[in-house]
Amino acid sequence: MDSLTLDRRSLLRGAATLTLAHAFPAWARSGTAGLQSGPEVLSGDLIALTVEENHFGTAGRSTHAVTINGTVPAPLIRLKEGQTVRLAVTNRLREDTSIHWHGLIVPFQMDGVPGVSFPGIRPGETFTYEFPIRQSGTYWYHSHSGMQEAMGHYGPIVIDPAGADPVRFDREHIIVLSDWSNVHPHMLLKRLKQMGGYYNLQKQTLAGLLEGKDQSLKDRIEWGKMRMDPTDISDVTGSTYSFLINGHGMSENWTGIFQPGERVRLRIINASAMTNFNVRLPGLSMTVVQSDGQHVQPVETDEFQIGIAETYDVLVQPTEAKSYGLIAEAIDRSGSVRGSLAPRIGMAAPVPDLRQRPLLTMKDMGMDMAGMDMGQNGVIDLSQPANERMTGHSMKMLDPSVAPNVPMGPGVATLSATPSDRAADRPTGLEDVDHRVLTYADLRALEPNQDVRPPTRSLDIHLTANMERYMWSFDGLKLSDGAEPIPFRHMERVRVTLINDTMMPHPIHLHGHFFQLVTGEDAAHNPRKHTVNVLPGGKISFDLTADALGDWAFHCHMLMHMHSGMMRVVTVRHGGEMT
Amino acid sequence: MIGKVATILLAVVALPVQAQTMADSQTDHGAHQATHDEPAVPQGATPPVPTDHAAEAFYDSAVMARARAAMLKESGGIAFSQLMVDRLEYHAQKGGDGYRWKGEGWIGGDINRLMIKSEGEGEIGNTLESAELQALYGRAIDPWWNIVGGIRQDFRPQPQRTYATIGIEGLAPYWFEVEGQIFLSDSGDAHLRLEADYDQRITQQLILQPAVEVNFAAQDVPELGIGSGLSDFELGVRLRYEIAHEFAPYLGINWERKLGDTARYARAADEPVSATSLVAGVRFWF
Repeated sequence: MDSLTLDRRSLLRGAATLTLAHAFPAWARSGTAGLQSGPEVLSGDLIALTVEENHFGTAGRSTHAVTINGTVPAPLIRLKEGQTVRLAVTNRLREDTSIHWHGLIVPFQMDGVPGVSFPGIRPGETFTYEFPIRQSGTYWYHSHSGMQEAMGHYGPIVIDPAGADPVRFDREHIIVLSDWSNVHPHMLLKRLKQMGGYYNLQKQTLAGLLEGKDQSLKDRIEWGKMRMDPTDISDVTGSTYSFLINGHGMSENWTGIFQPGERVRLRIINASAMTNFNVRLPGLSMTVVQSDGQHVQPVETDEFQIGIAETYDVLVQPTEAKSYGLIAEAIDRSGSVRGSLAPRIGMAAPVPDLRQRPLLTMKDMGMDMAGMDMGQNGVIDLSQPANERMTGHSMKMLDPSVAPNVPMGPGVATLSATPSDRAADRPTGLEDVDHRVLTYADLRALEPNQDVRPPTRSLDIHLTANMERYMWSFDGLKLSDGAEPIPFRHMERVRVTLINDTMMPHPIHLHGHFFQLVTGEDAAHNPRKHTVNVLPGGKISFDLTADALGDWAFHCHMLMHMHSGMMRVVTVRHGGEMT
Repeated sequence: MIGKVATILLAVVALPVQAQTMADSQTDHGAHQATHDEPAVPQGATPPVPTDHAAEAFYDSAVMARARAAMLKESGGIAFSQLMVDRLEYHAQKGGDGYRWKGEGWIGGDINRLMIKSEGEGEIGNTLESAELQALYGRAIDPWWNIVGGIRQDFRPQPQRTYATIGIEGLAPYWFEVEGQIFLSDSGDAHLRLEADYDQRITQQLILQPAVEVNFAAQDVPELGIGSGLSDFELGVRLRYEIAHEFAPYLGINWERKLGDTARYARAADEPVSATSLVAGVRFWF
């Protein structure tokens, strides 16, 4: 593996000369007319999936991939609300595998997390999942074994509603976003453990200072004093990743066909291992109609950030017979991918320049400046009061008293001193863009929430880290440290607050449940989510009805954070059994 | 230190431009949220943690236990390793060119690690002057610092010495890499070594690294030419170009000086008390 990394450039040159036969399912092929029924769409009561190793290449780079039925992304599974489905998964790898049905409400023993919900699928074995389909919407599926998810083991699920679909559209496309490196994910993680900032090639430099870029010298010294890097936006970046739309890199220009005037539904899924994206279609307004498979009241926007494992369904209505770019930009702006919506194949939309890499602020370090001295013109003078406060008792970067339940140790470098609720904040890097940006506070459930009881219990969970050591945890403990499960009583209503003590957004996923983000006063319309992206240095709350008995995984969906220990088992038990 | 002084000097020139950038980049903090006026949610009582595993109702408990152990290990319990040759360099200096090496390796988890360290030097076409190897246990004690302890074996100079050692290493504020070790030899003499360096990134690939090393001895050790007190120090600055993070050739200047009794021993042996070298080398790791 070492030689693979060292010789990457020469390998790339070699690989570029190979002709690669791309195998894509129909919906993912460039030039697709969109979702249609056909032999390649997996539907019905019994679906067979085979996990095996294959080659996958993009942008002239080819390496091993873990495929399902031979393709990356995996085939579309299209189901109908109310049906029961059996999915027979055959493992042709030399290691265990699994499939987790992300966002599907299934009995816990069918949830597909080895060691939590089932034993996993051994090489050569076939495991048959069986569960009723109790919902509709856009979801996805992926491996929960090793790092297979980073090697191509992911695919989309669409569930059609039993009744009329409240979303009207003329055509639909699936957009699976992902990141792809020809370096094995275990090697990516090893490099991060050896050098936390290994993949960040956008650090601040002396040359940048001389050119007047980035932070002032005073801020650089203050941040240096805290050993914090304001350019630490993403762990694994475009320096090793190609970013993909439906398995296609930038040059392959994935194209989805439309006819002018049609209402086109885009079912957008972030199936990345380590990349949060900002998504926009320059020249088109998007109407968000669904998030995480759950309908929301239509809301228009020009750009949104999609955390890993989140899904958004948007409607666009292109009127001109031209090519519109579908741009997914990694949030650290280390790279992007452009696909096209066009009347016919062969029309590539322009690729906008990458925007400037954002810099983190004191708010991203959990030091909310609200109520602090403001500079002139409503601009906070970051250099003056903050620094004084920072060194004072009220603004320490690691004050154990703000998180009494978190044991201090090497894995906790910072604690957010005054984390603000960031549900209504624009996400990282989109604070300043001069068009509309979706925030969680814009999302309101279309169908009212069924359980609107006020929570009877509150629970704070800290998202903790040490970037230099590349350690990630909940409440200062890695799962491998022997961290206890997080217990819930069946049907109890709990207000869970996730406090991000790190400077990176974390897409946090709870298996087996939808929770309601607390974005406003109207509990009936708080949006239902399976994954929430907690912004740096901030917090967000959700109300959970613990209605699914069993053991469930709860983790950061940054694959390498999960593998570093940012995970817990959540238990839901009858109250009677608890006593 | 040199890097920091240089940064300050250079930045003064750039300040007017900075002010402009600051104003541009800080317009994003206008929207502050009013604090929510929500009814407080009671703390409530946390239910007890169940002792059973739900999946064992459906799957064989021994099979589940094995899967669970694997899952736990893969959630933060995997060991990693690194072998870093920080310096492998040629010294061009008056009175005979030389070579040096300095490196370390580790294997282990986030907290506990086994480590080796080695450094040494020699004169081209002459015998090896010094060569030491340390075998250490390292433990992370807080976010930034590790304690290390173990054994150091000096194969050169003669007579060979074995030392017990304990030390601390880590990342100090302002991104200084700092290291300090106490050594106690099998002959009873005690020594202290302090080292620090700093990576000043000029561009993403071009890095200037000032480094300092200072040695103290608790007593005279005439057979090794070491005098008590501050015995010697070394200042260096190396400019490396990271072709990859893992492979970086460099050029630099190194100045070392013996002091006090150590200098007197050197003069008596007709050896130089100070030396300035141009260095060229390579840093690599995997």
